Amino acid sequence: MSEALDLLLNTSLWAAVLRLATPLIFGVLGALLCERAGVLNLGIEGIMTMGAMAGWLAVFAGGDLWLGLAVAASAGALMGLLHAMLTVPLGLSQHVSGLGITLFASALAYYLYRLLVDVGETPPTIEPFAPLDIPVLSEIPFLGPVLFAQTGPTYLALLMVLVLAYILTRTPLGLAVRMTGENPHAVEAQGLNPIAIRIGAVVAGSALMGLGGAFLTTAAFNSFFPEMVQGRGWICIALVVFASWRPGKALIGALLFAFFDAYQLRLQTVIEGVPYQLFLMAPYVLSIVALILVSRRAQVPEALMKPYRRGER
Amino acid sequence: MRLERRESVPLALVATAPLAAVATALVLAAGLIAAAGVNPLMAYGEMLRGALGSRLAITEMLTRATPLILTGLAAAIAFRAKLWNIGAEGQFFIGALVTAWIGHSLGLPGPLGTAVLMVCAMAGGALLLAGPAYLCLRFGVDEVVTTLLLNFIVILFVGLMIEGPLRDPLAFGWPQSVPVDGAYRLPDLVARTRLHIGLLIAVAAAGMVWLILARTVFGLETRAAGFNPRAAAFAGISLPRTLMGVALLSGALAGLAGGIEVMGVTGGVTTTMSPGFGYAGIVVAMLAALHPAGVVAAAVFVATVFVGADAMARATGVPSFIADVIVALSLLCMLVALLFTTYRVRR
Amino acid sequence: MKPADPVLELSGITKHFGAMTANDDISLALAPGEILALLGENGAGKTTLMNILFGHYAADAGDVRVFGQTLPPGRPRAAIEAGVGMVHQHFTLAGNLSVLDNIMLGSEALTKARSARRAARARLIEIAETFQLPVNPEARVATLSVGERQRVEILKALYRQARILILDEPTAVLARPEAERLFETLRGMTAGGLSIIFISHKLHEVMAASDRVAVLRGGRMVAERATAETSAEELAELMVGRRVERPVRQDHAIGAPTLIAERLSVREGSETRLDEVSFTIHAGEILGIVGVSGNGQGALGEVLSGLTQPSSGSLSLNGAPAGHLGPRGLIQAGAARVPEDRHAEGAVADMSVWENAILERLRQPEFSTRGFVRQGAARAHARKLIERFDVRGASDQTRIGLLSGGNMQKLILGRSLATQPRFILANQPTRGLDEGAIAAVHAELLAARSAGAAILLISEELEEAVALSDRIQALVKGRLSRPVAAGQADARRLGLMMAGIWEDESDAA
Repeated sequence: MSEALDLLLNTSLWAAVLRLATPLIFGVLGALLCERAGVLNLGIEGIMTMGAMAGWLAVFAGGDLWLGLAVAASAGALMGLLHAMLTVPLGLSQHVSGLGITLFASALAYYLYRLLVDVGETPPTIEPFAPLDIPVLSEIPFLGPVLFAQTGPTYLALLMVLVLAYILTRTPLGLAVRMTGENPHAVEAQGLNPIAIRIGAVVAGSALMGLGGAFLTTAAFNSFFPEMVQGRGWICIALVVFASWRPGKALIGALLFAFFDAYQLRLQTVIEGVPYQLFLMAPYVLSIVALILVSRRAQVPEALMKPYRRGER
Repeated sequence: MRLERRESVPLALVATAPLAAVATALVLAAGLIAAAGVNPLMAYGEMLRGALGSRLAITEMLTRATPLILTGLAAAIAFRAKLWNIGAEGQFFIGALVTAWIGHSLGLPGPLGTAVLMVCAMAGGALLLAGPAYLCLRFGVDEVVTTLLLNFIVILFVGLMIEGPLRDPLAFGWPQSVPVDGAYRLPDLVARTRLHIGLLIAVAAAGMVWLILARTVFGLETRAAGFNPRAAAFAGISLPRTLMGVALLSGALAGLAGGIEVMGVTGGVTTTMSPGFGYAGIVVAMLAALHPAGVVAAAVFVATVFVGADAMARATGVPSFIADVIVALSLLCMLVALLFTTYRVRR
Repeated sequence: MKPADPVLELSGITKHFGAMTANDDISLALAPGEILALLGENGAGKTTLMNILFGHYAADAGDVRVFGQTLPPGRPRAAIEAGVGMVHQHFTLAGNLSVLDNIMLGSEALTKARSARRAARARLIEIAETFQLPVNPEARVATLSVGERQRVEILKALYRQARILILDEPTAVLARPEAERLFETLRGMTAGGLSIIFISHKLHEVMAASDRVAVLRGGRMVAERATAETSAEELAELMVGRRVERPVRQDHAIGAPTLIAERLSVREGSETRLDEVSFTIHAGEILGIVGVSGNGQGALGEVLSGLTQPSSGSLSLNGAPAGHLGPRGLIQAGAARVPEDRHAEGAVADMSVWENAILERLRQPEFSTRGFVRQGAARAHARKLIERFDVRGASDQTRIGLLSGGNMQKLILGRSLATQPRFILANQPTRGLDEGAIAAVHAELLAARSAGAAILLISEELEEAVALSDRIQALVKGRLSRPVAAGQADARRLGLMMAGIWEDESDAA
């Protein structure tokens, strides 16, 4: 048992927490932005898969790593645009459309990967993001390696938390997005176009999801393979509820989840005689438990999942 | 330009919607096939030949359609009540696992044992969905997320069981569960093929679901609760009871799919035994416009695409993932097509 | 005639919805500093016209000119920028956001990097003081009363420097004194240079508050009058056209107490929706509950439909306790319920007439055996209802959502009355119906009264309550006034009651 506690003092555990949290932070911010504007985006799982493939492919084809991220964001945005067109102007079921996007985006990602990449015995690899040791700070004992020796995209994710929080609470655009999620009729009555705002939010949110996927193939791993997103998208959807639709709390949720994930991976090596599947299950079970705890008092955006049609109430 | 609700929905339009959707999806996917440097018409020809070109191909396709009919029905009845059961994949695996587990050493005569196993598979699937349904009704926890997450938990659980207590010692280290007793295997429908009488059971289930939805008090209450829960509650229909009933029925159908797949095809359980039957069931249900009879037709279509795509991949080199692309595109196109059955475009 | 150039001109506005013509070649002008009332029945096309003016809808033909400039159709932003402000009947506010958020929305360019909240707050407070519309900018809108929310809506328009204000049924949610105060405020605004159009179907407020009246009927402009040169009688005739004779209540002897409510309360969290309400309804009697909605009518309706259980107090029907029966139990005990909102609660729009007709009694042996629906019996029943209650344009197979409001209401009423109920809850039974349908609904309710049913009528229409009820009580802030006999219920007394002013509060009988 003491070994299990010793793990908590291990720098590599805490460094892994931030690393594992990064795709979740991107994903949960993206899902949050869509939902704040009133659109549930269950396309997330497929959009992350597409981002993972597109980002990796761009780098594999000779592009810079950051160019890879840009390509991933664009691919995510494109898939988001499809979801937005179906659910916003056409007002189709956000549930079914989102699942359809997930099926479509994952299938397309696998198809294009197989079409464009010669997959032999082992999947081809790229040179991924290297840790970015920040001078001086990264040499602080314990905190240094945990906080200041991460890869670039991790810092970008943390920055995005601040950016999104600022936009939502401090800018006219953020107010318009929030109002669209609460009452699109009010937005229309004030001379703004709630349909355009929703489409914009879904596209931007999906770009973030694409980045989350790309982190997997360009920083966490160095290759692309099917099923690699492994439900991280669905966990992000749960985390949005857990976070009460707030970016700050979303960061906390992502870190908490990543902590359990990192800890269970290491516990597996310490505790013997327990099937490893039980450890792998823990994060999913914890997500469900967290949902049960917060669902009662969650303040859902009032117009979430309610399609808006002009002139219809 | 705006959408305006039609005053009545012409039946012919509802019937053509899936055809239009599928046609559109095939045209769009043709672009991707062409990108692989293959003539799409030739590729589709290979696909049709692979799925329908011989007696063996047809039986393979129908074998594949059998679980799809059941998971499609599971999604259709749940979606009718606006219960978003995305967990058919997990329920399928639980049904399969329960069947292999109990069926390995059940001391009952053949047909009776088969019937008992089917009931067990249904109970397993039903109970698995009862949990999220309860959480939704009692605590307001979104069932989409819980059923999705349960899929992952169930697959890990299946892995745990087939590497542990249910491991088949004769499988040479291959992770596979003990097989169901040969006495309970479903008889072949066509000799010397994999097609088994599970197909008839699935079609009968479609008939039952149609009967339930169209003719029973429960079915009428289900539809009312799905269309307008407030009005249903006002009229004295208990929403929790109706939704729980729907959850049990939906989970049971998906569980039965898993049970039948084990008894009819695989014998034992592996974590790779489902090429996404649960998720494809959602597509099947939507292509069928949630109608039980349509589910059978839609399942045959989806099975044709999947089975045909494998043959096409062998013959032309187009990656077989094109099947998933076609199926997903059909779903998205069907959504749009359904919209135009209830709305028309003005100016 | 016109003293100055009009600030607003509508010319030749025409709008179709499917086969229905909502506006037919309507032209209208508004003079500076004028208060124009747009009068018409429900469905006359008033709201459509104003939505076209504001840019929510684009007209099929005709155009809108504000201060001489033609507005591009279908663009609210253009209307706002031209100085038009609209206060919608259904408020367009976000409950979870603050008053300031609601007002600031859309007032700044979306590309601005930071909201100037402090300046906006100061300006809002200044405007609020100028027009004497006090608000707390940081309050969450959900915590405000209906009157305060309306104030926020008006402030929204003023904040955007509206010079023409449109109010859609502004008094629908206000009690008489509040409404009078609102019109005083509006009058003050016209002195400050605003021009105002308000939509109404209430003659007395049109006569009291407007300079000029435009009357709409069936989508057409039928008359324009200076208010000083017309009378309520003339306007009534213009508004309704051929007057439909409404049935009249005949005096008759009432029977034994049927429904008794004693100190009924409904509390939700810290909110008391219904506060120790007591009343008795006898067989063959109609008890009218008047008052502005949002004062406990919802909670009372829910308790009497079985959707909500009272937090305390007792309810008995025919001598048996009925507070905890639920909808199905209440129906079996002989209650019939006509819901407040027929689209949301009364009917499942996507299902057929016959399915809706038996929805409440689905599990009774008449309509099902062993879990199977007896379709033949159900459809025959539906056809009987269609015939008996004169439901037009429907067969038993028709999707009920296709029926007009009046015909849907007749069917819902018929479904309830077919069982010869002992008690009927009629919650806003004629809301949104045309004259012919109103008369039919009234006749049915009076027939049920003659047959010995005890009826609770919840209505916002004073005229309706007085015409139908034997006794009237007012429900204000969850509390019920003492009953007044119909004969003694004059407009002044009812007005006071609805404002919450009644004698002997302590000994509620």
